[in-house]
Amino acid sequence: MNIAVLLKSVIATDEPVVVRNGKIENSEAKWVINPYDEYGLEEALRLKETRGGTVTVLSAGNDKTIEALRTALAMGADEAIWIRTEDSSGDEHVVSLLLAEAVRRGGFELVFAGHLSVDNGAGQVAIRVAELLGWPHAGAVVACEVGEDGTVRVTRDAEGDSESWEVPLPALLTAQQGLNEPRYPALAGIMKAKRKPLREMTADELGIDTASGEASARTTRLGLASPPERAAGRKLQGAVREQAAELIALLRNEAKALKER
Amino acid sequence: MSRQHIVVAECRDGELRRVTLEAIAAARACMADGDRLAAVLPLDGGADAGAAEALAQRGVDEVIVVDHPVLGRYAPETHVAALLAAATALAPETRWWLGHTAIGRDLAPRLAARLGAGQVSDAIGAARGGDGRIVFTRALHAGKALEQRAFLMDAPAVVTVRPNNFAPAEAIAGAAAPIRSVPFDPPISRVVVRDVVQRVSGTVDLAEARVIIAGGRGVKSAAGFGPLAELAALLGGAVGASRGACDAGYCDYALQIGQTGKTVTPDLYIACGISGAVQHLAGMSRSRVIVAINKDPDAPIFGIADYGIVGDLFEVVPALIAELSGEF
Ligand SMILES: Cc1cc2nc3c(=O)[nH]c(=O)nc-3n(C[C@H](O)[C@H](O)[C@H](O)COP(=O)(O)OP(=O)(O)OC[C@H]3O[C@@H](n4cnc5c(N)ncnc54)[C@H](O)[C@@H]3O)c2cc1C
Ligand SMILES: Nc1ncnc2c1ncn2[C@@H]1O[C@H](COP(=O)(O)O)[C@@H](O)[C@H]1O
Repeated sequence: MNIAVLLKSVIATDEPVVVRNGKIENSEAKWVINPYDEYGLEEALRLKETRGGTVTVLSAGNDKTIEALRTALAMGADEAIWIRTEDSSGDEHVVSLLLAEAVRRGGFELVFAGHLSVDNGAGQVAIRVAELLGWPHAGAVVACEVGEDGTVRVTRDAEGDSESWEVPLPALLTAQQGLNEPRYPALAGIMKAKRKPLREMTADELGIDTASGEASARTTRLGLASPPERAAGRKLQGAVREQAAELIALLRNEAKALKER
Repeated sequence: MSRQHIVVAECRDGELRRVTLEAIAAARACMADGDRLAAVLPLDGGADAGAAEALAQRGVDEVIVVDHPVLGRYAPETHVAALLAAATALAPETRWWLGHTAIGRDLAPRLAARLGAGQVSDAIGAARGGDGRIVFTRALHAGKALEQRAFLMDAPAVVTVRPNNFAPAEAIAGAAAPIRSVPFDPPISRVVVRDVVQRVSGTVDLAEARVIIAGGRGVKSAAGFGPLAELAALLGGAVGASRGACDAGYCDYALQIGQTGKTVTPDLYIACGISGAVQHLAGMSRSRVIVAINKDPDAPIFGIADYGIVGDLFEVVPALIAELSGEF
């Protein structure tokens, strides 16, 4: 089975984010594979190991993307496709058109992606790709099994409820935390990755004109700022009982956050 | 030019979800003179018929009901088709508003892609600017940055709104918008929903709760959640948890708050035995008032808490319960 994984390179969640003049200034920050995409990649690699086939990772973004793709190759992916764009978090309509076209050309049967990207957090791109391909999808997958009959049985998380779905191939699945524990790339894998193909593509080569018309951006960012800082909090003092009394009084009178039953 | 707005209503246990009323309020705040607002209610012929009447009182111009047994269980293709069936008689230049719920977040991108539309996800603010353009606010990088986003084209467009970030539309005395049913012939769904297991049937929906008492690994056991539940009950709130507590098996994943779990914005969030990892903060740092109870004075959670108690939660929580129930 030939599997594709949509993978985005993101600033690691635990890195500080500095916004200056409406732009993120983090030249030092560590970039990683979006963790939810990593769960998707791990699942794809496990399927390849048991069922054969290939795993291709696909990513749209600037040159920060290369390292994430190399890491994916080191983890065991066979091939990487880098769609070169200015920004990996561009308008989701545009990003999904590019990725869908690359998937279409690759002739894949199954696509894994992430539940959301931790930088943009929209949860749009992957599901849009499924619709653009005309494929069914299952989102927020925490368990999956591909049957010999070409049906994928998944368990998905819906606000904490568990749903069991059957989805016929070709299909797209978005990975939620809990699906698996991703592997670390081994040294041998890192060496091998250097010889694996990393193909670069542009929107032009995919035949998509993102400058105007059907494939142009639908939304635009007007501004970016740091959230207002929360005023420094107060640590209460005294014996437990005094602290409890003070807290309740503060919540009632100062914060006005209590409406008791 | 006047626009058509459509709010996609969602019910749970036969009742309209609060986020639906919040989406109505958000849409109304962004509407220009002459714009129209419809609410679409997918139903499965079940008990939630009262929901249509409830919607009709909330300042919408009409309520469109799509009623079919297949709509009882969410499946993406069926639900997209139901929405499009509801919209056939309306202008194609529609702005769609959904709650950023398990269903809304899954459905909206499919709808947007079908329509070739832009989508703004998980909006925490929406306001009409001087030029008539609607400006949305969203959280990026786990809440460490806020962006303002707008549509470039007039429509169609899709928006999902984060629960608990807009004041819900109130019932208007005497209002009774017309309720219309549309025929719906569902497509064959490729997705087959075999089973839905409701894991927690708490009385208060976590995403919409006004007060949340959350426990982390510091709670140490399933039984340790008992006092938290008692405190939550006293305050009319819900119990939540960190990933640490869920992974340790102290509680169900359905309670998980954070990037992977639910995003909550209650009036009051009390974090008990939670260290405050950034993935946890992503789900709760916009709560109005945050209280941290942790025995480690350097726990990062204190960095965002309005009030902190450095201490053992097994002493502090019972003291809060006693204080509230007048036992002291
Ligand atoms: C991709 C990804 C997604 C994630 N998503 C989420 C998510 O959605 N939600 C989430 O919560 N986490 C998430 N995490 C995990 C997160 O990084 C942390 O590991 C987790 O939040 C830690 O949980 P905790 O605070 O309960 O446990 P710990 O970090 O172990 O903290 C326990 C705290 O309890 C305190 N404590 C212990 N005993 C007591 C006592 N008796 N009284 C008072 N205090 C006490 C300790 O001082 C400590 O601060 C995610 C991680 C990744 C990689
Ligand atoms: N630029 C991109 N390149 C590759 N995959 C992407 C890109 N952006 C988003 N995705 C995929 O779509 C998922 C959802 O992303 P988002 O809509 O940004 O939350 C991610 O987890 C990825 O799997």
